Amino acid sequence: MGNIKEEMQKRILVLDGAMGTMIQQYRFSEEDYRGEQFKDFHVSVKGNNDMLSITQPQAIKEIHRKYLVAGADIIETNTFSSTTIAMADYEMEAYVYDINYQSAKIAREVADEFTAKNPNKPRFVAGSIGPTNKTASMSPKVNDPGFRAVTFNDLKLAYKQQTEALLDGGVDVLLVETVFDTLNAKAALFAIEEVKEERNIDVPIMLSGTITDASGRTLSGQTAEAFLISVSHIPLLSIGFNCALGAHQLTPHLEVLARKSNLPVSAHPNAGLPNAFGEYDETPEQMAAQIKTYLDKHLVRIIGGCCGTTPAHIRAIADLVNHN
Amino acid sequence: MSLDPNNQQPTTNNQKKWLRLSGLEPLIVTPESNFINVGERTNVAGSRKFLRLIKDEKFDEALAIARHQVEGGAQIIDVNMDDGLIDGKEAMVQFLNLIASEPDISRVPVMIDSSKWEIIEAGLQVVQGKCVVNSISLKEGEATFIKQAKLIKRYGAAVIIMAFDEVGQADNFDRRIEIAKRSYDILVNAVKFPSEDIIFDLNIFPVATGMDEHKRNALDFIEATRWVRENLPNVSVSGGVSNVSFSFRGNDSVREAMHSVFLYHAIKAGMNMGIVNPTMLEVYDEIPKDLLERVEDVILNRRDDATERLLTFAESVISSVKEHKVDLSWREKPLQERITHALVKGVDEFILEDVEEARKQAAKPIEVIEQHLMNGMNVVGDLFGSGKMFLPQVVKSARVMKRAVAYLQPFIEKDKGQVSQFNGKILLATVKGDVHDIGKNIVGVVLNCNNYEIIDLGVMVSAEKIIETAKNENVDVIGLSGLITPSLDEMAYVAEEMERQNFKVPLLIGGATTSKAHTAVKIDTQYSNAVIYVNDASRAVTVVGNLINDNNTAVDYVKSIKDDYVIVREGFYNRSDRKEYLSLADARENKFNIDWKSATIAVPNFTGIKVITDLDLNKLVEFIDWGPFFRTWELHGKFPEILTDAVVGESATHLFKDAKKLLQKVLDEKLLTAKAVFGIFPANTVNEDDIEVYANESRNEVKAKFLTLRQQLKKKEGTPSMALADFIAPKETDITDYMGAFCVSTGFGTTELAAEFEKDHDDYNSIMIKALADRLAEAFAEYLHKKVRTDDWGYAAAEMLTNEELIKEGYKGIRPAPGYPACPDHTEKITIWELLKVKENIGVELTESLAMWPAASVSGYYFGNEKAKYFGVGKITEEQVKDFARRKNMDVETAKKWLRPNLAD
Repeated sequence: MGNIKEEMQKRILVLDGAMGTMIQQYRFSEEDYRGEQFKDFHVSVKGNNDMLSITQPQAIKEIHRKYLVAGADIIETNTFSSTTIAMADYEMEAYVYDINYQSAKIAREVADEFTAKNPNKPRFVAGSIGPTNKTASMSPKVNDPGFRAVTFNDLKLAYKQQTEALLDGGVDVLLVETVFDTLNAKAALFAIEEVKEERNIDVPIMLSGTITDASGRTLSGQTAEAFLISVSHIPLLSIGFNCALGAHQLTPHLEVLARKSNLPVSAHPNAGLPNAFGEYDETPEQMAAQIKTYLDKHLVRIIGGCCGTTPAHIRAIADLVNHN
Repeated sequence: MSLDPNNQQPTTNNQKKWLRLSGLEPLIVTPESNFINVGERTNVAGSRKFLRLIKDEKFDEALAIARHQVEGGAQIIDVNMDDGLIDGKEAMVQFLNLIASEPDISRVPVMIDSSKWEIIEAGLQVVQGKCVVNSISLKEGEATFIKQAKLIKRYGAAVIIMAFDEVGQADNFDRRIEIAKRSYDILVNAVKFPSEDIIFDLNIFPVATGMDEHKRNALDFIEATRWVRENLPNVSVSGGVSNVSFSFRGNDSVREAMHSVFLYHAIKAGMNMGIVNPTMLEVYDEIPKDLLERVEDVILNRRDDATERLLTFAESVISSVKEHKVDLSWREKPLQERITHALVKGVDEFILEDVEEARKQAAKPIEVIEQHLMNGMNVVGDLFGSGKMFLPQVVKSARVMKRAVAYLQPFIEKDKGQVSQFNGKILLATVKGDVHDIGKNIVGVVLNCNNYEIIDLGVMVSAEKIIETAKNENVDVIGLSGLITPSLDEMAYVAEEMERQNFKVPLLIGGATTSKAHTAVKIDTQYSNAVIYVNDASRAVTVVGNLINDNNTAVDYVKSIKDDYVIVREGFYNRSDRKEYLSLADARENKFNIDWKSATIAVPNFTGIKVITDLDLNKLVEFIDWGPFFRTWELHGKFPEILTDAVVGESATHLFKDAKKLLQKVLDEKLLTAKAVFGIFPANTVNEDDIEVYANESRNEVKAKFLTLRQQLKKKEGTPSMALADFIAPKETDITDYMGAFCVSTGFGTTELAAEFEKDHDDYNSIMIKALADRLAEAFAEYLHKKVRTDDWGYAAAEMLTNEELIKEGYKGIRPAPGYPACPDHTEKITIWELLKVKENIGVELTESLAMWPAASVSGYYFGNEKAKYFGVGKITEEQVKDFARRKNMDVETAKKWLRPNLAD
């Protein structure tokens, strides 16, 4: 198995594209989501994409394969919402370990297939750790600004469980992504540090925030540089931004990271901004054209795609990186 | 590929070990930075007023103190809740949480100040930025010190180290540097704590106390500071400045001079931050000479009698009260500007007096909300929309709004002579299949602040539940939210259901993927009442205010929105021509794939051509789709509901009665003749897009070749680019597949009948007979398709479909007609005519423009594959037109003429 830190010294690494967009194309029904394992589950689970790693592993593997064929060096596990906090919506807290473990395991298998075929291009598995659907530093109740729907300790416990399962399943790197509230990310980093200490291991961490406002801030109000400073206490493999914006709109924020930090910068933008129908219709060629400016400016060391990106987008990006 | 050596960012400043802190914004302490002011008033130990406010849980006023500190120039604010009479941990968490929702305070980093570790840790867990812990020390030994430092590092904070150890507090130069050195070594070596994140508090003690052992207090601090900055790399030095002047409490002029002098020298020695009350600071250069000299004597311990001299002098110095430096110039502005300022800045201090002033001016108290406050909120909305405000600020604006509205409420009720608790009731829900609710919650709170009752159904809410609750609760507005793309369809479905159940309640649409265009095109068209896209929470207040209005402005408002959406729709449809297209080769590559190895090919019971010369018209009646009949008469609506429609029901009923009467006459007197010809043949697709029709199963003789057109508009990955040829097995599969063609007509006799009516100036029945003949022709096509499916071809022998299902095209296989979306090329009719000998067999002719004559005729193809479906070819490129012309042996210009509507720009 290759070492991601060493590979990053050699070349720009390509991260995969959207999982949700690909899953949508399967048009899975409620029954498909449930599979055999959850056929009698007591609430509706359609839309719980992460559980498909258990109930439709072939589909998830197929998606991973498509991205690897397209040229991705790193694939993300199908675990964006696999914390007890995010899974509470589907009352599936009890299955969080299994979902993370299975997701990591199948991604590992597929990545290893490709590495075996071409050991000169080792493929890596990043354990996707999403933000959950609750914010630790903002109140959901305007009349009660001091209220918090989730605490640091709640998040820390949930992230710790996810981290352990992802590591047990064999991921190479942990990707704390789509950070809209920095305090949530700090809880994730805290949890990862605890696991590292308890297991006496080192595992690379990629961290990727999200700029949501037109003002160029995170949802919880931080500027890009304040965000960077707030997460710089933990050794990171890379720092970056993903989601919410397309490659073009993301550029100034990536520049802040590149300018203000010594860390390798990552980006996985959306395929443009959503059109009137919430679809991302930036074509692979259009997106690649934007990303070319990243490369021209030496802005990123890891580059991939978020919402709306497909294997075709990743292929276009990988081609670009290879010819760079 | 090799690594580009230039692919490294310039790193000079980034590599520097500078103290970097953050609130919502960064604070970077460089060697060039000015002294960092730490605000000290939010400290229960240092401020009686703050302590009282916290004890009384007057958090608004406590926050105002924090805000004043930041406005007054504090770059960090120190928060301390160490008091025996309050629950320090709870108060710390509560206050830090409140600060987090005040962007003009939380833009600066926080200093979590406590002597209790549990309070510090609780504080660390609620701050998103990189804060400072104040403080830890070796007081309880190395083990505790290391454990706490490790946790602070893991929480991501800088730390203040007190010059304190197991023996006690450092009170001279040697002890200060001894403890500092020891602490530093442990932190840097054992804990791997970043040296730049270490700040030493070297203990500022009072001078001029009258005791000899205190004489060197300031000087020792200053000298120890110099030593620390020179010997312990990258650290900062801080301290609580007001301690130094403790013995002059009550004489602020002297104290201010002492603080300035002390800082002047300490800063020169390397103290780079400190807890200072900026309003208790004289400008060094403005200290009167005589006072300055005496103060410096004390601070620097320059004379044995320094203390006495200063004490004597102090009695002559009159304390002057300083004004604090918060900028209140906006208070001079006109009323509306003041209210707008308060809303934009989220300042609620003066809002009640301003609102009262507005109320006195206004004819009715409600006008203050509708005008003054709404004007202000619209500015907030504009600023947010353009990125000049961000969410936490908007939420603050909403709170100021709420205070203002709460104040006005009793006046409004008195004015109305009735008590109304809320302005209206609003149902909010994230639609089924979606779990994202942050935006929806914000809208909820902002509206709630504006005195609307909110019924929040949460996430993944079905249309049924939304509608049921809306009915039971009698809500005034329904707001739908969603983030993911499928939610858009669900919203349209909710709108459709609301329409079906005759709802009148306005529908608001919001969420990250929603848009005005989507709302206008997909949702507004589903619901005849108000549908309004609300792009952000601050807008929601204005929109709902406009909708829930006693007078007619609500009606006008809804109409203006509806009109606007019509324009948006038109704009959208016009714009949507600008699309990308696949090359013909790529489109063919992306064809609709049927797995021919496993596909079922239904072998027809009959191949060849059949002619029906005179079908009993009575057999067609049950197949009539009456919907289009009414549309012919410009009456729009579903059949049979249209007969009872409030507006057009009466006309429709009349019309229907007359149509039935004429139909009966046609049936009874056999006034029209129904003829048909159809054929079923062995067939295969060749060259991707063409279908060869063979004379027999040997497939040696090609009887006809149908040319199909392929979709080229670039679509989402995984969506095929279809052509009708995709539904027939390609020749290379060696599978014998089949297709059919047909032409039916019920038009024979129409012209004569219409002419007779026209002769009697009965235009009504003249149109009626044509409309009926058209319906009968369509019914015949339906009838014949069924016959072919169940009998002649026989692939659906057992199908049982109602007429309604037929209209909805619920059958297997399709019968697309040339000139319609799946095969827009009319010239293919010529091929059908030749293949079926249509003119010879039943007398239906093609006009020059390839219309059928008689008009009441339908022709088309039959595709029997179960995967076959209707689609639209859409726009095609010149490349395909040329290819098509070549295949057809037609010149390109002629091909273009026929395909004009489908040509891409």
